Amino acid sequence: MESTHQPADAGGSRSVSDQCSELVLYVNGKPHTLTLDHRATVLDVLREDLGLTGAKKGCDHGQCGACTVLVDGRRANSCLLLAVAQDGRRITTVEGLAEGERLHPLQEAFLERDALQCGYCTPGQICSAVGVLAEAADGFPSHVTPPGTGSGAPVELTDDEIRERMSGNLCRCGAYPRIVEAVGDVSARAGAASWTSGGPAGQGVAS
Amino acid sequence: MSPDPFPLGPHPHPLGAPLVRREGREKVTGTARYAAEHTPPGCAYGWPVPATVARGRITAVETDEALALPGVCAVLTHENAPRLAATDDPTLSVLQEDRVPHRGWYVALAVADSLEAARAAAEAVRVTYETGEHDVGLSADHPRLYEPETANGGYPGTRERGDFEGAFAAAPVTVDATYTVPPLHNHPMEPHASTARWTDGHLTVHDSSQGSTRVCEDLAALFKLDKDEVTVVSEHVGGGFGSKGTPRPQAVLAAMAARHIGRPVKVSLPRREMPAVVGHRAPTVQRVRLGARDDGVITALSHEIATHTSTVKEFVEQAAVPARIMYTSPNSRTVHRVVPLDVPSPSWMRAPGEAPGMYALESAVDELAVLLDIDPVELRMRNEPDTEPDSDRPFSSRHLVDCLREGAERFGWLPRDPRPAVRRQGDLLLGTGVAAATYPVLIVGSDAEAHADADGSYRIRVNATDIGTGARTVLVQIAAAALNVPEDRIRIEIGSSDLPPAFLAGGSAGTGSWGWVVHKACTQLVARLREHHGPLPAEGLTVAADTRKETAEQSPYSRHSFGATFAEVQVDTATGEVRVRRMLGVYAAGRILNSRTARSQFIGGMTMGLGMALMEGSGLDPAFGDFAECDLASYHVPACADVPLIEAYWLDEEDPHLNPMGSKGIGEIGIVGTAAAIGNAVRHATGVRLRDLPLTPDKVLRHL
Ligand code: FES
Ligand code: FES
Repeated sequence: MESTHQPADAGGSRSVSDQCSELVLYVNGKPHTLTLDHRATVLDVLREDLGLTGAKKGCDHGQCGACTVLVDGRRANSCLLLAVAQDGRRITTVEGLAEGERLHPLQEAFLERDALQCGYCTPGQICSAVGVLAEAADGFPSHVTPPGTGSGAPVELTDDEIRERMSGNLCRCGAYPRIVEAVGDVSARAGAASWTSGGPAGQGVAS
Repeated sequence: MSPDPFPLGPHPHPLGAPLVRREGREKVTGTARYAAEHTPPGCAYGWPVPATVARGRITAVETDEALALPGVCAVLTHENAPRLAATDDPTLSVLQEDRVPHRGWYVALAVADSLEAARAAAEAVRVTYETGEHDVGLSADHPRLYEPETANGGYPGTRERGDFEGAFAAAPVTVDATYTVPPLHNHPMEPHASTARWTDGHLTVHDSSQGSTRVCEDLAALFKLDKDEVTVVSEHVGGGFGSKGTPRPQAVLAAMAARHIGRPVKVSLPRREMPAVVGHRAPTVQRVRLGARDDGVITALSHEIATHTSTVKEFVEQAAVPARIMYTSPNSRTVHRVVPLDVPSPSWMRAPGEAPGMYALESAVDELAVLLDIDPVELRMRNEPDTEPDSDRPFSSRHLVDCLREGAERFGWLPRDPRPAVRRQGDLLLGTGVAAATYPVLIVGSDAEAHADADGSYRIRVNATDIGTGARTVLVQIAAAALNVPEDRIRIEIGSSDLPPAFLAGGSAGTGSWGWVVHKACTQLVARLREHHGPLPAEGLTVAADTRKETAEQSPYSRHSFGATFAEVQVDTATGEVRVRRMLGVYAAGRILNSRTARSQFIGGMTMGLGMALMEGSGLDPAFGDFAECDLASYHVPACADVPLIEAYWLDEEDPHLNPMGSKGIGEIGIVGTAAAIGNAVRHATGVRLRDLPLTPDKVLRHL
């Protein structure tokens, strides 16, 4: 179902003027046909044009991770993505993770562990964690993955793995120990659950 | 205060319970809206233009090119911006005159229909300057250093007791060491932002602030309005750590621009520009001299600070103040000296005074312990004063020794071989360190309302601010305990200047100040309800209270939190990299009102202390006169992988001399002592005493 709206020719935004092009973004499962300034980033489009302010702007320079969203199921700093280059992409923001009233397990875990204080980094942390679970399940190694781990085999998310993989998301309130616990809880519980396997995590949950 | 301020409190008492944050769900689902996330219809965007010279005057501003760009509404400069009334905070006098007091000072604001257009317009503004010689270099012998009357917090700049010089000269054991702390940046994750709109003469601002009452008052004064013509909302705030304590320039710029173009305007500060305009922790050069007897008892203590301020206003980091209360010191001299330089204006950063001051003092105490070959925990216990050394007032409660004892036990401090550089694991050297922490109790009078509804629910209204502390949650716990009703029957409104005015979230004073007045309003409401017979009127019953009188009374006690931080580090002899392996803090901070959110705050403070010890540091570029490390790529704050096991514990401390809850405030003490504990552990690991923060690999490696 997730690909039925997708244009056959992804990446084919249409120039409307010197400054603007028309393109389609699939945000949290919904297609949006937008005419956008070529300078606009995905982050600013989400926040200013679509009213989805869950993705936060912490630095606008790819230095903090507050703007993390999932693009075709993989995490990305949306402040570094020019929207015009993302035609046809499926973008999941923190607003797209819960199913109605039912929170995503990571959202539950962040609440349960008090893995937040001011909450400004939190949407980015949660989207990033969704990405981490998928990357580990898909066998992406990290800097701390022991060499010799089978290529492509799922990586076990130890605390060190979580710390390393979550280090692109700064938290000035210092919620890190709690964030590691929250991600660890979900990773442990999800070992057997289906939602980390079978396709990019976080995708399709609200589509 | 009645003997039991919570006579109705049910069991188990809601005070201290680990309630989940009331706004947690909004925060994890992304629906909590911060200041820049309000976009009224027709909203335009402002993008500031910072000065590119360190000192001078604007001779011309060319805006034609910027104004010709598509979507640009206006460029505000000192020539056309609305005139503001005089203010006692000159950092808010933006676009009023041609003077440039430091690099990064705002000289214009471009306003456009979109963020992209506003940014392009800001870049197209051409400003020319007449420049003067600038001086941004602090040194302990700077010729223009002077002794200020008072330091931040209103503390006397200089205090002397006994005869320091004589006692120091006579002491058999002495330490004389100088420590430096560089400029530090608060860098809350939410950049300072404001969305302003004018409706029929009424100014409404969504502002990222630690206290919207003060922002409302200042904006009213600047724009010559009555306070009731201004509403400032700070519903959710993405951290502040002092840098949002009072209004910052973006609030004034947004309000000015909105008035100028007749549309709502949003201004969100670019991360790189924040260090120059939102305040920073001023650098300190700190000389500590300790004279002691052979048994370790301190007979002479001197702490002398040199620091900078800007030419815009005087702000003196009160780093010598904690030395006035920490240890037995019959002969003492504590002095601040400050020099106004062509630098951005310093301001509060988490535990101003205590954080840098206790780094130096607690490092010096460790040096004394090494000299005397006395365990540093034991040495501190031997210097425990009976009363506050500076004032001779009794402590309302002081459990530093208990924190040290319990921390040592939990951490596994003993047995500890004091010899340095003997614990090796491959390339790594290991060591442990300890330091004490302290932070004063501040309480400021505030207003609140408690309301009982006819349907049996309650509502509390108070202009508290939640910057990540969990203020809503803990205030409801206090109200629930005072009213003796379940928390879920209580609603709370905070974060708007239209609510009863209250102190800001700063100085670790929020919960104590707001909680006291909430308690008072609820207690009076209970009394009113007791007198009331029959069903409540349809509009319910409302009680308003304020605590100005109670809080104005000078306490006969010296009131402080205390704590002890323990750290274990590893130092890589091949790279010079220091990593913390584990850290543990024990605090005595009165009654802890919510164990879940309190733990997060303590750990958060310790984490910022870890950053101060190992990676955070900014420098003023002598040629350009600005901070060289101004964004998050160059100014390193701790990341997840830098922060291993951190544990925070507290004592059940009862102190009847504080407020009805018996709480002391916990937002800042976690950072205090942490940098010294880590530095002391580095010395234990390597045998090298480094006295200039942060302890980055380049500094460490050359000594290994
Ligand atoms: S806002 Fe994108 S990484 Fe900071
Ligand atoms: S919760 Fe405040 S920055 Fe992470």
